[in-house]
Amino acid sequence: MRITLRDIHKHYGNVHANDGINMEIDRGAIHGILGENGAGKSTLMKILAGYIQKTGGTILLDGRNADYSGTAQATRLGIGMLYQDPLDFPQLSVLENFMMGLSHGLYSKYSGYRNKLQDSCDFFGFNLDPDAPVHSLTVGERQQLELIRLLALGVQVLILDEPTTGISSVQKKILFKALRKLASKQKTILLVSHKLNDVETLCGRSTVLREGKVAGEMDQPFDTRTLLEWMFGAQPPPPARHEIKPGQVTLAMEKVSASGGRAGLRDCNITIRQGEVVGLVGLEGSGQGIFLRLAAGLEKPEKGTIRLNQKFMTGSNYHTFKSQGVTFLPTARLEEGLIPGLTIAEHFALHQKKSIIIPWEMSKRKADKGIALFKIVGTSSSTVESLSGGNQQRLLLALMPTDPYLLLLEQPTRGLDMESARWVWQQLISHADKGAGIIFSSSELEEILLVADRVLVFFNGTVVKNVKTRDTNLNELGRAIAGTV
Amino acid sequence: MQNFKQSFFNNVLLITGVLCLSTLILLFAGAPPVDAFKHLFLGSLGSWIKFTQVLMAWIPLTLCACGLVYTFRIGLWNIGVEGQVVAGAISATAILRMGVTSGMPELFLVFAFIGGLLGGGLWAVFAGFLKTKGGVNEIFAGLGLNFVAQAITLWLIFGPWKRPGIASMSGTEPFSSEMWLPTLSALRLSPSGLLLTIVALIGTGWVLGRTRLGLALKGIGKNPQAAYLHGLKPDIYMIFAMGLAGGCAGLAGTFQITGVYHRLIPAISSNYGYLALLVVMLANYRVWWTPGIAFFFACLNVGSIQLPMMLQLDSALSGIIQGTLVLGTLFMQAWQVKKKNE
Repeated sequence: MRITLRDIHKHYGNVHANDGINMEIDRGAIHGILGENGAGKSTLMKILAGYIQKTGGTILLDGRNADYSGTAQATRLGIGMLYQDPLDFPQLSVLENFMMGLSHGLYSKYSGYRNKLQDSCDFFGFNLDPDAPVHSLTVGERQQLELIRLLALGVQVLILDEPTTGISSVQKKILFKALRKLASKQKTILLVSHKLNDVETLCGRSTVLREGKVAGEMDQPFDTRTLLEWMFGAQPPPPARHEIKPGQVTLAMEKVSASGGRAGLRDCNITIRQGEVVGLVGLEGSGQGIFLRLAAGLEKPEKGTIRLNQKFMTGSNYHTFKSQGVTFLPTARLEEGLIPGLTIAEHFALHQKKSIIIPWEMSKRKADKGIALFKIVGTSSSTVESLSGGNQQRLLLALMPTDPYLLLLEQPTRGLDMESARWVWQQLISHADKGAGIIFSSSELEEILLVADRVLVFFNGTVVKNVKTRDTNLNELGRAIAGTV
Repeated sequence: MQNFKQSFFNNVLLITGVLCLSTLILLFAGAPPVDAFKHLFLGSLGSWIKFTQVLMAWIPLTLCACGLVYTFRIGLWNIGVEGQVVAGAISATAILRMGVTSGMPELFLVFAFIGGLLGGGLWAVFAGFLKTKGGVNEIFAGLGLNFVAQAITLWLIFGPWKRPGIASMSGTEPFSSEMWLPTLSALRLSPSGLLLTIVALIGTGWVLGRTRLGLALKGIGKNPQAAYLHGLKPDIYMIFAMGLAGGCAGLAGTFQITGVYHRLIPAISSNYGYLALLVVMLANYRVWWTPGIAFFFACLNVGSIQLPMMLQLDSALSGIIQGTLVLGTLFMQAWQVKKKNE
């Protein structure tokens, strides 16, 4: 299907998320949509998928004016979208999820759908167990399921919103192969991303959005410099790599085992030194998540000991760890990290010295200072849910104690554009230079190789690789993640 | 301004809707609607005596509502407020009984209020422990404890505290009048009760708006997980909020004993706890809206006493008006959220 967007507008109050966008997407194309956070990519795609209503403009499908509202109608017209968080039913099985929206009537014949599911999986090289409950699947697998479900619904245009976030490089390869196959069958693919790499390897043409407008369009081969300039104005230099000067042991785990996540953690022996930046990688649920939470005191080990600065900490809770200078920043910023409904000033007030009456004036001053220092777009009376993802992360950093001892970060740059990610790392590394230990998980191997001194690879609940970043490479890490050390 | 206009318009719409529905019900029942509304109004605000009766209902209702604002703020449904009123009333009665022979009635009156505060507070803290340590939902814990409190009341009235000679549903032996909360001579209005309620209102507003405790309650109510990461202990604050709510409810129970009934009766709470839940919901969980709404509800309650006398109507009409108002408001709120999201 050929898609023409004419003068698309979307207003949220005074904010123009989309400000007169014109675009043309050919049949059978893999078209990239690039842009930093808040550029309007997701809004535009959600309009196309019928998820939100446009304020103005026209959408033409194969040259015909298409006026639709709601995702069901869009699906009927052949447009389907794969959201960043797959919209599935975790308690149901793969097969039942697949049948969702496909089967009609009271009685569904399972075997027919079972064959259909198997055929699709075989076609794309996916390996999904039809009877496994969806909550046992990785994000990548859930994505695969959603993809074949949409195709079974007869979708001709497939929109993918940041599909490579949170999936392994192996799964990424499988996904890209599947997308190429689809394009060769004349399906139209729209790939929303802020990862230049993905767009460069997959897309034939890409459009860059900036501040709700089209900043430019380019065909393969792409000129990275120009694309970056369209996205950010000027090209950001890579974050400064800091020199490691090994200090004292901050965190030591001895034979620690715990359950949680998919694989739990077994017999973990790790020491982290002051000033060290350590990256954790692995397929989702391989043990890196539970490792961070154990190190923060948010989970308790079943066996083994945890020491912090020589102190025995096994079994203590997060508040005790916190009093020793440990800070944990979760990946789900709005769900776990910040309190929606509270303003920036109120967040600062929570962190102020214990007093019965809140010194609002001081909290506001501190908030204003933090806003200025951390370049947060917002005011002290903005509620945190009104901030963009990048600004929420900046706020979390601004709330951190100024002299942390150990920082534990879950995917600290998830969903951030390059400029914000670079800035976040500048802040974090400045803490490491002052002697703080930093442990972070990330699904971006490039990021880990760039900023970490050491990398731990988790596979099925154990650390299978513990190596200095300068002694390893993408290839080696990729193999370790897949379990072939 | 736009917002204010919108909410004003919505409220007018809501009140019109509730009036229409009540009229319909009255017509169904074969009663003249205009007369019914007239009696409701005159029965509550028609004279100074009636007005003071309304205030005497307003006091315990507002005290309960004050307490509920704390628990709603931290995201708890304190259905147990009813039992907390009863627990406060029982504690107050126990203390007053000790004071009967003391010769210092004023002192024991003060003790009664302190005891009521503690009794209601502890009753609520118990539900709070069940919630935080035992994993029992506070709605079920509260509801269960309501029945227990009610059963204890009946046991006391028919057992240890029964009237000399004959136990009766009409309650325990009334206290002598020097142990009553003093009232204005001509009117049945207790200035000290009124003062206590106003202090409770202002105190609640101050705690929630200005103190660290208020901010902590709000933060935990909105996101307990994140609040924990920011250094707050949700469990302890939940128990604390329950204690405050129970304390306020206990004061309401004490007022029922010392200011209204002067004895323990089976229905000592007058259902003010449940009614206060509606008040706070209608107030959209804001402290400063509760006194006005509580006053309106008190008017309906007192005014509806006239209906059976004047029109041979059941006094349940006030309950219907209150219920439809709350349902209508909740519907409007949900509808607005939906509209905003679209």
